[in-house]
Amino acid sequence: MTQKSPSLFDWKIAGPAIGGSFQKLNPRLMIKNPVMFVTMVGAVLTTAGIFTAHAERGFIAQLAVWLWFTVLFANFAEAIAEGRGKAQAESLRKARKETMARRLVNGREEKVPAPSLQKNDLVVCEAGDVIPADGDVVEGIASVDEAAITGESAPVIRESGGDRSAVTGGTRVISDRIVVRITMDKGQGFLDRMIALVEGAQRQKTPNEIALTILLSALTLIFLLVCITLKPFGIYSAAEFSIPVLIALLVCLIPTTIGGLLSAIGIAGMDRVLQRNVLAMSGRAVEAAGDVDVLLLDKTGTITLGNRMATAFIPAPGVAPERLADAAQLASLADETPEGRSIVVLAKEKFNLRARDVTQVQGQFVPFTAQTRMSGVDFPGRSIRKGAAEAIRIHADKLGGAFPTAISQAVDEISSSGGTPLVVAEGKEILGVIHLKDVVKGGIKERFAHLRKMGIRTVMITGDNPLTAAAIAAEAGVDDFMAQATPEQKLQRIREEQAAGHLVAMTGDGTNDAPALAQADVGVAMNTGTQAAREAGNMVDLDSNPTKLIDIVEIGKQMLITRGALTTFSIANDIAKYFAIIPAMLMATFPAISPLNIMSLHSPTSAILSAIIFNALIIIALIPLALRGVKYTPIGALATLQRNLLIYGLGGVIIPFIGIKAIDIAITTLKLV
Amino acid sequence: MKTFFSEIRGAIVLTIMLAVVCCGLYPLVVFGFAQVLFPGKANGSLIVDTKGVIRGSSLMGQSFTADKYFHPRPSAAGIGNGYDPTSSGGSNLGPTSKKLADSITQNISDYRAQNGLATNVMVPADAVTASASGLDPHISLRNADLQVARVAKARSLDEAKVRALIQQNTDAADLGFLGDPGVNVLKLNLALDAVK
Amino acid sequence: MHSTDWLQLAVFIGALVLITKPMGLYLGQVLDVKGRTWFDFLFKPLERLTYRLMGVDSEKEHDWKQYTFAMLMFSLVSCVFTYAVLRLQNHLPLNPQGFGPVSPDLAFNTAVSFTTNTNWQSYSGESTMSYLSQMVALVIHNFASAAVGIAIAAAIVRAIARHSGKTIGNFWVDLVRTTYYLLLPICVVFAVVLVSQGMIQNFKPYTKAKLTEPYTTQVPKLDDKGQAVMTNVVVTTQSAKLDAQGKPVLTNGVAVMVDVPTLDAKGQPVMTNVAVMVDQKIEEQTIVQGPMASQVAIKMLGTNGGGYANANAAFPFENPTPLSNFLQMLSIFSIGSGLTYYLGRMVKNQSHGWSVWTCMMVMFLGGVLLCWWAESKGNPIHQNLGVAVADGNMEGKEVRFGIFNSALFATVTTDASCGAVNSMHDSFTALGGFVPLFNIQLGEIIIGGVGAGLYGMLVFVVLAVFIAGLMVGRTPEYLGKKIQSFEIKMAMLAMLILAIDILGFAAWAAVSDWGKAGLNNAGPHGLSEMLYAFTSATGNNGSAFAGLSANTPWYNTTLAISMLIGRFLMIVPIMAMAGSLVRKKIAPPSVGTFPVSGGTFVILLLGTVLLVGALNFLPALALGPVVEHFLTLQGKLF
Repeated sequence: MTQKSPSLFDWKIAGPAIGGSFQKLNPRLMIKNPVMFVTMVGAVLTTAGIFTAHAERGFIAQLAVWLWFTVLFANFAEAIAEGRGKAQAESLRKARKETMARRLVNGREEKVPAPSLQKNDLVVCEAGDVIPADGDVVEGIASVDEAAITGESAPVIRESGGDRSAVTGGTRVISDRIVVRITMDKGQGFLDRMIALVEGAQRQKTPNEIALTILLSALTLIFLLVCITLKPFGIYSAAEFSIPVLIALLVCLIPTTIGGLLSAIGIAGMDRVLQRNVLAMSGRAVEAAGDVDVLLLDKTGTITLGNRMATAFIPAPGVAPERLADAAQLASLADETPEGRSIVVLAKEKFNLRARDVTQVQGQFVPFTAQTRMSGVDFPGRSIRKGAAEAIRIHADKLGGAFPTAISQAVDEISSSGGTPLVVAEGKEILGVIHLKDVVKGGIKERFAHLRKMGIRTVMITGDNPLTAAAIAAEAGVDDFMAQATPEQKLQRIREEQAAGHLVAMTGDGTNDAPALAQADVGVAMNTGTQAAREAGNMVDLDSNPTKLIDIVEIGKQMLITRGALTTFSIANDIAKYFAIIPAMLMATFPAISPLNIMSLHSPTSAILSAIIFNALIIIALIPLALRGVKYTPIGALATLQRNLLIYGLGGVIIPFIGIKAIDIAITTLKLV
Repeated sequence: MKTFFSEIRGAIVLTIMLAVVCCGLYPLVVFGFAQVLFPGKANGSLIVDTKGVIRGSSLMGQSFTADKYFHPRPSAAGIGNGYDPTSSGGSNLGPTSKKLADSITQNISDYRAQNGLATNVMVPADAVTASASGLDPHISLRNADLQVARVAKARSLDEAKVRALIQQNTDAADLGFLGDPGVNVLKLNLALDAVK
Repeated sequence: MHSTDWLQLAVFIGALVLITKPMGLYLGQVLDVKGRTWFDFLFKPLERLTYRLMGVDSEKEHDWKQYTFAMLMFSLVSCVFTYAVLRLQNHLPLNPQGFGPVSPDLAFNTAVSFTTNTNWQSYSGESTMSYLSQMVALVIHNFASAAVGIAIAAAIVRAIARHSGKTIGNFWVDLVRTTYYLLLPICVVFAVVLVSQGMIQNFKPYTKAKLTEPYTTQVPKLDDKGQAVMTNVVVTTQSAKLDAQGKPVLTNGVAVMVDVPTLDAKGQPVMTNVAVMVDQKIEEQTIVQGPMASQVAIKMLGTNGGGYANANAAFPFENPTPLSNFLQMLSIFSIGSGLTYYLGRMVKNQSHGWSVWTCMMVMFLGGVLLCWWAESKGNPIHQNLGVAVADGNMEGKEVRFGIFNSALFATVTTDASCGAVNSMHDSFTALGGFVPLFNIQLGEIIIGGVGAGLYGMLVFVVLAVFIAGLMVGRTPEYLGKKIQSFEIKMAMLAMLILAIDILGFAAWAAVSDWGKAGLNNAGPHGLSEMLYAFTSATGNNGSAFAGLSANTPWYNTTLAISMLIGRFLMIVPIMAMAGSLVRKKIAPPSVGTFPVSGGTFVILLLGTVLLVGALNFLPALALGPVVEHFLTLQGKLF
């Protein structure tokens, strides 16, 4: 399910956000954003200036109003991002209705409110119950409706042991009974953390955000110094610069555009992650996803459909293909494994052999055992077996039959092409071979090509032998593979990649994936996986779609690109602002400088006011971009850089010239100055 | 503390070593080469007349004010007419300096008067502005040219003769393209004096 | 802007390109403790002896803190040494002119100035410094401060090139090897070449030359103590002489002027102190002598810039011919240019080195063209008075260099942190003077001071990579190393210090009596003089709008502090950044990493330098050279 993002200025969100903009004026909150804090101090001083000034009070009042707007617009951007996050979170929280849990204490059940549950408590859930908190199934098997968090209506199986033991609080048991061990304290669950993240309340700054904040704060300090020293320089030059004008210059020069939108970008990014149905532990994890350049994927369920399928019948010399198919189908009728079913289906497709009921044909099903490594069916007078080549050879030998060399050859060919050969025999006669193959998911090759364009190398991990692995790797289009991988080897591989300077992402679901998920820089656990895996990773994909990582990587990159682009834009804006304000400030003392007023702005006051209005309005204008993020297309780093430099760098130089001139015309026409 | 003292020791020893090598040996080596290879130049390119009197350096300008001499550029080096190598330097007056504009005004009118130029003749820049060192040995070719008539008249010499001497005492651009050509005033004036 | 001038520019750039690679390769050998050079036979024994005397193990490398500490210790010791020599020069040998001790504030200023590779000179060498002071106390820093700069740059380049380590080289080894193998051999050859052009190199006392045309001038009368004798006189103003009817008396239609005493409010004549003047006959010219070539060679090669004579490279002996001028300009850029090649070679990305170089050269060309154009265009005020328009602005320039070589030298000397001048920047046109001022304010990263230029530029590279890296959607990487908050913090700290040091001190001076007292020019140009002084001090350049009388206790002290901040408070954060970089792993490049070479990178770096580095100074520049330019057009005088 992909939730539709609300339209950018939905009143349900924008309304409260306006109120939020004012609440955020609290200096203790403002100080966290040094750029906007300085702006607010400027606004306060300018407001005070209205009353202390002897002249031009109207002008100063207008300056003050627009300075306050600058601060409020920035707060609005943050508030609206939070509002959208809250709306997302709300749908999550619906799943979080206060329920009563059936806690097991010394084998006895007692009813307690879900919030009072603690880690390691055991609770019982039966058909119709809502699972009270995240946990692990320790007993039983049940089908669970996870629509509340995944939006997927088909119920999923959750059972104790194995790789499908994790359950999420808020989901509902549809059938059977399970005992769940609670693994998270209240408020610590994935859902809780994600809600806090998208609401912006508990948002920790990501490493790049911290670095950027340092850059912006230092620039602010430098420009503060520039404006403070301009006062004495002015005194020397007999040009009296008034405090409000110096503040106007300061606010125009400091990077208010990015400063005002920085936190909105981060919150909106988390919001987009949630829209993709992924729960992230932290913004840091999403940002790290943007840096990933190696992706480790489990073959089964990720790259292939997870089961081998019959794709061809190869008859022995002198055997009619129909006879082989018929025997194979009969031998597989009672075989409920996916492989068995695929044989029945293939026989039907190729030779139009309809499936028959085993009991109807009076057959006796012989199940697969580890000793015989064969399965089959016995009819009166007829005994059909299918199995690994070695097992059938022994079986035929015992009965005194021969194993044709053509069959040996076919078996070898299938093996070396990465497939699995299944030999079929009737009595002592070898009928032929069934070619079973791992089937690669549709569209996966394109996804990997996409990842490659993004600069990410994919490594397939499989327990298969190298031959099989190589064949599948080639078919799926992964860059590298790891055959016969043990959990230790996976971990080792991740460490090696990291030592070589790579950032590694890994998707996994099994308990034995947990160490590797924890070691990986970005560990995406499947929602269908075990609780151990979910805790080890730093993201959970509710859709259990391993290639979802592409979306996450894109969001991580978008967050960085948006920050970089707006920073560039913000700094580039300064050129035009200088051309607006500096001539205006000097005009009174040095009329000779008028040629520098290249925008031919109407008057010094209109010039300064236009610059400050532009500075405020550009924040509002860029809120949609901040919330949506700058588009990321995998066209290579250089092309991306060139495009963004052109749009946000060059654009950042040009746009304010046009904008300030337009505002100057507008306010002059409206006789505001 | 141990590293502190070891670093201090290193610093002191190295300072002494560098003083010996870079400030003692090095200038002496250069001195040796210079005195052997280019003794005249290494000692100031001095101009010594036939009587053994040092008249100046071919690289240093000197003050001349009489009509019979070519006049060098205005100089801000030292008192009086300048050209004191021990207080080299320019006027350091900026483009909007009234003092500079005044002195240029004065220099222009003097220059025009001395050389009999009409008031609409644009004066060569080097003739009315002070050089960077205050010791500029050169004047521009046009500056010299405008002074020819005056000097020739004062010395009752043929103008062509004076021009020939200018030619001889002009330092052309190095290698044909580096720098601007200039007339060496001291050498020119001494050459004029040498004309019988 | 003549065609031969364009040819000179092309030849200059061509020559620079040609020497960059050999210099870079040679630097690679010098800065490697196991490197081999042609001078091993000569200097290897000396090098070993030096280490032994110092007690230094040349095999043992320093981490960034040890490296920085050693550098600071050496700078401190050598600075104190110079201070002591200057204060005691009257007791020391090689003082044929019998100069007295240098005053405490001037000695402090000068010692700091030379230690920091600034070579700001509040004094004029030919009338203050003994031969020993010039040769030892000052020249030692011309070598040492240059070597320190190169060492720091080498340490940072190593920090970038190495990975997952701690050490960045041995400071003492870098210093010793740079001095012995790089600076000394080149200087010997260079100095002798300069002598061939007419530069002096001797130990004679000053020569007296007999003037062809002696003259008499008036000088202030001095008493026994050397103080000017003053007298109290009535202040007068000129006004038209009036006849009995109150009408102006005319002669040939011009009013006759008479001196009239100025009266104060009470009707009393206003009195003032003036010096008593006496006639003095000028019959001789004192020709300066001394060991100049050896000092000039290193002053240029090491981008020190401290002149032997007050007029520096305009002084005819210090720069006798256009050829010597050309070689001096080339030598200013040679090591800095070679270091960009060294960078490329060390990080195994030669095109990165050339891209950094290209970015520098783009800014260099921009500066040269603007300065050259402004100076050739000349000063309209003077042109209205009758100065030939075609000659350009010759005030403060030498005929042998002309407009072009003066503009080129001014750009080169301020692109690098050299500060030697062959023309007086103070007398440049407003825009012509803007160029050197702006060049220094950019942080002297256009080739830059030896070493200092490269490490200054690397700060901008880090910032450029950071902003651009975000824009391609990855945690920014520089040559495989992640640029994180610590690197940004240190880079921005360096920026902040640069801005505080320049703007803070200049603003203070602008509203202080001590600041304004030194001015030689009024109006915006006066502001430029102060701004230039602290810009030059902070940038460790040493050139000046030299009209400023900076030899006062206030200026000497503030400028010295400004120089110390500009040098060492810049180096420490940059070294801390190096310490952080050397520990990082190197991520192999992928399609997600943008290349730090090529046109886009050059433009990006250029944009970062101009937007992040220069915007800070525009308001102050607007009140100085920018406003002055427009006032010049209107003919306003101060």
